[in-house]
Amino acid sequence: MRIELEKRPRPSALLSILSPFLALGLTVIAGGIMFALIGKNPVAALYGFFVEPLTDIWSLHEIAVKAAPLILIGAGLSVCYRSNNWNIGAEGQFIMGAIAGSIVPVVFHGWHSPLVLPLMLIFGMIGGALYAAIPAFLKAHMNTNEILTSLMLVYIAQLFLDWLVRGPWRSPDAYNFPVTRDFAREAILPEMIASGRANLGFAFAILAAIGLWFMMRYTLKGFEISVLGQSERAGRFAGFSSRRMIWFSMLLSGALAGLAGISEVSGVIGKLQPIISPGYGFTAIIVAFLGRLNPIGIIAAGLFLALTYVGGEAVQLTLNVSDKITRVFQGLLLFFVLSCDTLIQYRIRLVFSRLGRSSEGGAH
Amino acid sequence: MGMIEAILLTVITAATPLVIASLGELVTERAGVLNLGVEGMMIMGAALAFAATQATGSPYVGVLAGIAGGALFSLLFGFLTLTLVANQVATGLALTILGLGVSGQIGEPFVGMSGIKLQPIVIPLLADIPFLGPLLFRQDLIFYLSIALVIGISWFLFSSRAGLKLRAIGDNHASAHALGIHVIRTRYLAVMFGGACAGLAGAQLSLVYTPQWVENMSAGRGWIALALVVFASWRPWRVLAGGYLFGAVSISQLHAQAFGIGIPSQFLSALPYLATVVVLILISHNRRVTLINTPASLGKPFVPDR
Repeated sequence: MRIELEKRPRPSALLSILSPFLALGLTVIAGGIMFALIGKNPVAALYGFFVEPLTDIWSLHEIAVKAAPLILIGAGLSVCYRSNNWNIGAEGQFIMGAIAGSIVPVVFHGWHSPLVLPLMLIFGMIGGALYAAIPAFLKAHMNTNEILTSLMLVYIAQLFLDWLVRGPWRSPDAYNFPVTRDFAREAILPEMIASGRANLGFAFAILAAIGLWFMMRYTLKGFEISVLGQSERAGRFAGFSSRRMIWFSMLLSGALAGLAGISEVSGVIGKLQPIISPGYGFTAIIVAFLGRLNPIGIIAAGLFLALTYVGGEAVQLTLNVSDKITRVFQGLLLFFVLSCDTLIQYRIRLVFSRLGRSSEGGAH
Repeated sequence: MGMIEAILLTVITAATPLVIASLGELVTERAGVLNLGVEGMMIMGAALAFAATQATGSPYVGVLAGIAGGALFSLLFGFLTLTLVANQVATGLALTILGLGVSGQIGEPFVGMSGIKLQPIVIPLLADIPFLGPLLFRQDLIFYLSIALVIGISWFLFSSRAGLKLRAIGDNHASAHALGIHVIRTRYLAVMFGGACAGLAGAQLSLVYTPQWVENMSAGRGWIALALVVFASWRPWRVLAGGYLFGAVSISQLHAQAFGIGIPSQFLSALPYLATVVVLILISHNRRVTLINTPASLGKPFVPDR
């Protein structure tokens, strides 16, 4: 049996809407098979993973907490990927944003003012953007591949954070634990509603996604992004500069990742510590693709991947399944998303007979 | 054994997985396929090699499991990018994310267990040569394989008919197809070869470098291997040289600590990643040189017309 692709005359509009849902369905089925293989009741496990977290208010807040960084980063990455700039170092920009934003509450901890929080958020965005400026500069002016440089910078950011919280920024009263001092109250991002932990970071995420959606759909910049992404040559004829686009998309996605980083540290953790992210910067890549690089789709995709984190924690407690299963789910999901996207451009035909093929070959 | 010998031995051990993974990716890229999933295939190889060694008691079974596991895992990438013409960059990332997840799952029962180390094979007579003997002829199987791979791949690519076809596909898949060369079939084989090499590199990590299972133990080596291919401008012997350079950089932290140099350990740990960035800048700022060396069809999907 062979698989042959036949190009559609034009991309299928129906399938471009359906393909993410098809991918979700396939992931759930694969997940059920996986649970059955490790000897758990697949129905109970899938219910615990995907449905139960939606039924109580505490988990819903957790989903919002985890969706916020995923949507913020994912929306920024969609601009990068649409314009063919492969920033895969958002995890590093997240960390650097968190560090830059924490300068205010850690270094100037004696300063109390309502300006603290806004300054932290601005510093966070600047920190993330500056860190993304490194691969942007290298790509725009030194012709260096941004995939590898942005990824290498993730490891460097992680080590830098580790050094900070074990060295110069370690809290004097944390009994040698590698953490900074707890942020003061005015440095904490407020909660959105009284019923739980979800903080303003979620509001930032929704606003950013809607803003980017508007930009992509209704502004010249949005048009420039898609033209340069589809054909650099065509963009050049239209007078668009791909070098400026590298800077624009990388700085934008870096700033959003930095905002996500400082929001996480200020709203969820309340101090700096060696590990501040369960891989949000990488999971956001999946979010961007599951949302079909459309900021509104990315809101939905971010909520779904947040659910996989919360669901993973839930089944770890109730069914004694390792939380590693979350990473497996996320990886599988991206595979199914990418495979299903093929259906938009191509018709897939299964060719069963070898005979037909060989006689066809003879006719040539 | 002298101090210099001891240092060189650690350099060789650190360089071998980089060289092997990089050689595999080199062949894949020479066929025009960019597989960014090296990190994922490597960590799968490490987990499977460790698990198989624990199950059978033989690290040689572990080596085979690492190779087979890497090759099978890469088939997933091959199916998506070659049959379904999915985006190669995104699919490679997916392979890495999935590999990190699945390997964590496979390795979980083995966390904290002490592993079985792959023992050196002493080559008679040659091993008695002063200085060089202990360095090069009292090594484990995987080191010998890494050298054999360098020689074998340079012969294959530049002196064999099949290698010429493979390079033709990488440089212009449409013309190669018109000449009757099987583009997709060759690319599948090249992807699987890359996967097998990454798996073998992973096996080296969990059977030789640090014989135990630690989650994410590949620690970015797969990505460094990718950078090495660019650094080596797609030539096997330069991969060997580059791999030893990076091996030396990555073990410098251990020796700096031993000598009591007062630099924070995190800065020294960051050196290999920093070195990768610097090397990429040096190699790529000359646009023309990069263009000449890069396989012209690299990363571009191929759909034969019927």
